[in-house]
Amino acid sequence: MESSLSYESGHDLNLKATELRLGLPGTADEAPEKQFFPTKRTSSEMINSALDSDNADRETCAPPAKAQVVGWPPVQSYRKNCFQPKKAEPDSSGNFVKVSMDGAPYLRKIDLKVYNSYSDLLKALETMFKCTIGVYSEGEGYNGSDHAPTYEDKDGDWMLVGDVPWEMFVNSCKRMRIMKGSDAKGLGCL
Amino acid sequence: MDPKRMRKLGELLDSSESTPLSPFPDEVLEAVLSLVKSHKDRSSVSLVCKDWYNAERYTRSHVFIGNCYSVSPDIVGWRFPRIRSVTLKGKPRFSDFNLVPENWGADVHHWLVVFSRVYPFLEELRLKRMTVTDESLELLANSFPNFKALSLLSCDGFSTNGLAAIASHCKNLTELDIQENGMEDKGGGWLSCFPEDFKSLEVLNFASLHSNRLLLRAPQLTELGTGNFQQELTMHQFADLQFAFSKCKNLQSLSGLWEALFLYLPAIYPACGSLTFLNLSCATLESDELAMLLSYCPNLRRLWVLDTVKDKGLEGVGSTCPLLEELRVFPEDPQDLDINHGVTESGLISVSRGCRKLIYVLYFCRKMTNAAVATVVQNCPDFTHFRLCIMNPGQPDYLTNEPFDEAFGAVVKTCSKLQRLSVSGLLTDLTFEYIGKYAKNLEILSVAFAGSSDWGMECVLGGCPKLRKLEIRDCPFGNVALLSGLEKYESMRSLWMSACNVTLNGCKLLATKMPRLNVEKGCSSFCSHIVKMNICWFHIRHRKPLKDVGFGCDSNN
Repeated sequence: MESSLSYESGHDLNLKATELRLGLPGTADEAPEKQFFPTKRTSSEMINSALDSDNADRETCAPPAKAQVVGWPPVQSYRKNCFQPKKAEPDSSGNFVKVSMDGAPYLRKIDLKVYNSYSDLLKALETMFKCTIGVYSEGEGYNGSDHAPTYEDKDGDWMLVGDVPWEMFVNSCKRMRIMKGSDAKGLGCL
Repeated sequence: MDPKRMRKLGELLDSSESTPLSPFPDEVLEAVLSLVKSHKDRSSVSLVCKDWYNAERYTRSHVFIGNCYSVSPDIVGWRFPRIRSVTLKGKPRFSDFNLVPENWGADVHHWLVVFSRVYPFLEELRLKRMTVTDESLELLANSFPNFKALSLLSCDGFSTNGLAAIASHCKNLTELDIQENGMEDKGGGWLSCFPEDFKSLEVLNFASLHSNRLLLRAPQLTELGTGNFQQELTMHQFADLQFAFSKCKNLQSLSGLWEALFLYLPAIYPACGSLTFLNLSCATLESDELAMLLSYCPNLRRLWVLDTVKDKGLEGVGSTCPLLEELRVFPEDPQDLDINHGVTESGLISVSRGCRKLIYVLYFCRKMTNAAVATVVQNCPDFTHFRLCIMNPGQPDYLTNEPFDEAFGAVVKTCSKLQRLSVSGLLTDLTFEYIGKYAKNLEILSVAFAGSSDWGMECVLGGCPKLRKLEIRDCPFGNVALLSGLEKYESMRSLWMSACNVTLNGCKLLATKMPRLNVEKGCSSFCSHIVKMNICWFHIRHRKPLKDVGFGCDSNN
């Protein structure tokens, strides 16, 4: 068995004329078996870099870079078309968020980019959910109405709608919940 | 016994020309053999003697072909004249992940042409990883008047036009299962090709389609997979939905792009009581949304979710699904590098604490520890399928920075019934020593970015007595390892190696030493990132492939 391994080194060129070539047309000059050595990391490289590096350094570890690893992670390609990706680019169309209201058996999905201001948004919500939300006041939230609109931001915190400037809200809102007025009293400007 | 009879009996037994004493008339033998269902048992039966071979041939109603290149349809048609149901598989599994070039082959058309001639009474066809064109679907729809069940899993090459043909012409359809396919969606019009009240339909799964119509006028439904709904329903449509679901008392399996349906959950609740399988793997649910839904599904055995539910969502699974046997957690964004997204080891631990009947797990995560895996298998020692994908290649235990050798060691030592294992993360040869030594029932092993040297693969090939399929990518295993398995390959079905250290000459040598193997090796660049993959792939015990096998050249055989 060992002697036959010498096939690899010396004999390749001699066999080229009769070599079974399985490559695509036009790749005649590349011996297939050479191709992955430049891109392969030795096992010790893999272990050392994994042990040393901080997670943030992953991308500088060694080729192939993350983005270039074909078929990894092993998720079937059809799944990528399944759903709308959550991370919307700034210029892309729409920022859809789910809106629920306490006591209502259904959710809605709205596109925040369609609205220009808080008052636009709140009016739309009142129509959609057939409720009154009232007017936001900085000191007291939504006093005087039955419902208070809240939202979950990128950090996972639940905030009162209106606490931050409109643009910041649109960019950080992940989903909304229209709470019963009494429940929302705990939130609100601090 | 009277001596005359004894002598006659003796003569019979001594007679050299008769087959071994077979006192059963053919009709009896055939009646008995009709009851044998397992194709492994049937293979054994066919080897007993010529009479049994023939009796088995005539009584087989379902044929399973694990590799469409292993035999020609003409031979199948000749040998088994009374087939009603066919299962046919084509491409290697890694074709799911774009590792197999397009036009590799596995086209079903020729099979259908032959079947339309030899099996006019065909009732069921199940295809996995085959290329299926609309033309083929039309041929299918028009050739078999008794056709009842079509299942297409991970196939490609067809569009909704082909499905329209099926819906229009297959009047006796009970099952239409189209999942995970690379299919062209030309709109939901095909659904309206079904008759208005489709009483015979029991299984309808088209979870991967984008369609704006919901077909629920089929009260016998036991399985339903819906298309995507982006638009909201009017109150009238909502009421329709509620009514339709209230009629589905037999629903056992529900899957689909649940986003929009979730908006109207109360309509679905009446149908959830009987659910045993819930596939939410295309719905970006949060943990509380999942919890709400699960509270209506007390009989759940199998659950597929996205990692948007996070560890908190999985805690909920652990506490509300005591009967759960299978859990699959898919990544919402596989390319996302942020280690704090998705699920972690603690989600898996929570599930293992609450779901003691868990036997199947597929878990995509960005963080894991050796201790966590050990705890999980302590809680659930009956795993038959353990597939862990730590998404960053070569990543170690994030607490100790060690390889995951001990994690997978714990899996194979504790889970004696393990049939399928996928490993990931930083692994040395020690992992494979453990696997070779302890995984006595392992049949399928998938390895990526792991191992230190040839020794790792040699350990697996030298152990694992029941190994059937081995898939390896991006590992430092070379010709020595490849050639160490010659004896092992006799009992295996297939081996895949890509981006390893195996060379063309190594494959040639393998093919020389094992002439019954069909060894393919290819190099191709099929994406713009130009990752050239060296692929060595073979099936065992197979004949020369048909001419349309890809890679553009002869294979050794």
